[in-house]
Amino acid sequence: MPDVTTTPVAVQFDDAEQQRESATIGMWVFLATEVMFFGGMFLGYAVYRSSYPMAFGEASRRLDIVLGTLNTAILLTSSLTMAMAVHAAHQGKRRQLVGFLIGTIVLGSAFLGIKFYEYFQKFEEHLVPGRGFALEGADPRHSQLFFSFYFAMTGMHAVHMIIGIVMMGVLIVFALRGKYSERYYNPVEMAGLYWHFVDIVWVFLFPLLYLVERA
Amino acid sequence: MAGRTISVGMYVLVYVVLMALLAATVGAAYLHLGNLTIVAALTIAVAKTSLILLYFMHIRFSGRRLWVFAVVGFLWLAILLTLAMTDYLSRGWLPLPAGWE
Repeated sequence: MPDVTTTPVAVQFDDAEQQRESATIGMWVFLATEVMFFGGMFLGYAVYRSSYPMAFGEASRRLDIVLGTLNTAILLTSSLTMAMAVHAAHQGKRRQLVGFLIGTIVLGSAFLGIKFYEYFQKFEEHLVPGRGFALEGADPRHSQLFFSFYFAMTGMHAVHMIIGIVMMGVLIVFALRGKYSERYYNPVEMAGLYWHFVDIVWVFLFPLLYLVERA
Repeated sequence: MAGRTISVGMYVLVYVVLMALLAATVGAAYLHLGNLTIVAALTIAVAKTSLILLYFMHIRFSGRRLWVFAVVGFLWLAILLTLAMTDYLSRGWLPLPAGWE
């Protein structure tokens, strides 16, 4: 059973419930700033895609649909394991918590590995914006613009994933030290919110980048 | 989630629906939908997002106050996109007046 040392309530809170609610609201405020951060890039994308639909369609077909779909499936699965990790924490099952966190790290790393391979392919095919950019097409200049968005948006997404994976590593260490119990697991829940948010960003990135014009 | 938890079966069900929606979005991209392609893609993306927000992120079982905090970011984003795109999409509608070239 958890004792006082495993259910810390900081001095500024009345009780654990108020502490949990404050953490949750604080996390959502942070996520709102994240929505706006990615939103700026989505707006830029929307403006240029509406201006150069053909060039964007042509460029989008050069992305690997199989790897993109696979990565989406991997990320959705990692969201399930993260939800299960929070569930395990809520029930005070430490071994399950650690197991699901490890599973989430493995899936997140698999996503990044595939993403890395896709980037490698784009370099090989001279599809990275810059002097070496070589895409045959009606409007290569604006296809290059598409790839600028592709690298900026997936790159920022990948940075968020790396941060999430590091966070989960820290959670595992703390979980093994017995810091969390069914009465206190706020950090696990907040990391879960963050991870699911990163998943949501990809839910939009995938169709907007990979599925512009496939028919 | 105070007091209330989602069962493991519920999480798995949501996950299965998410995977089905992924298959649907890839499939829809290969249909000849013309301008509706982007509409279909975004509709499915919004459906997936709603499921993740409501169940994985526990919004469905949270208090009203949290709903406000969770929705407001998306609301601001909607304002940003709507105002900016009404400008960009309507620019070609009217001819430029003389002397504005």
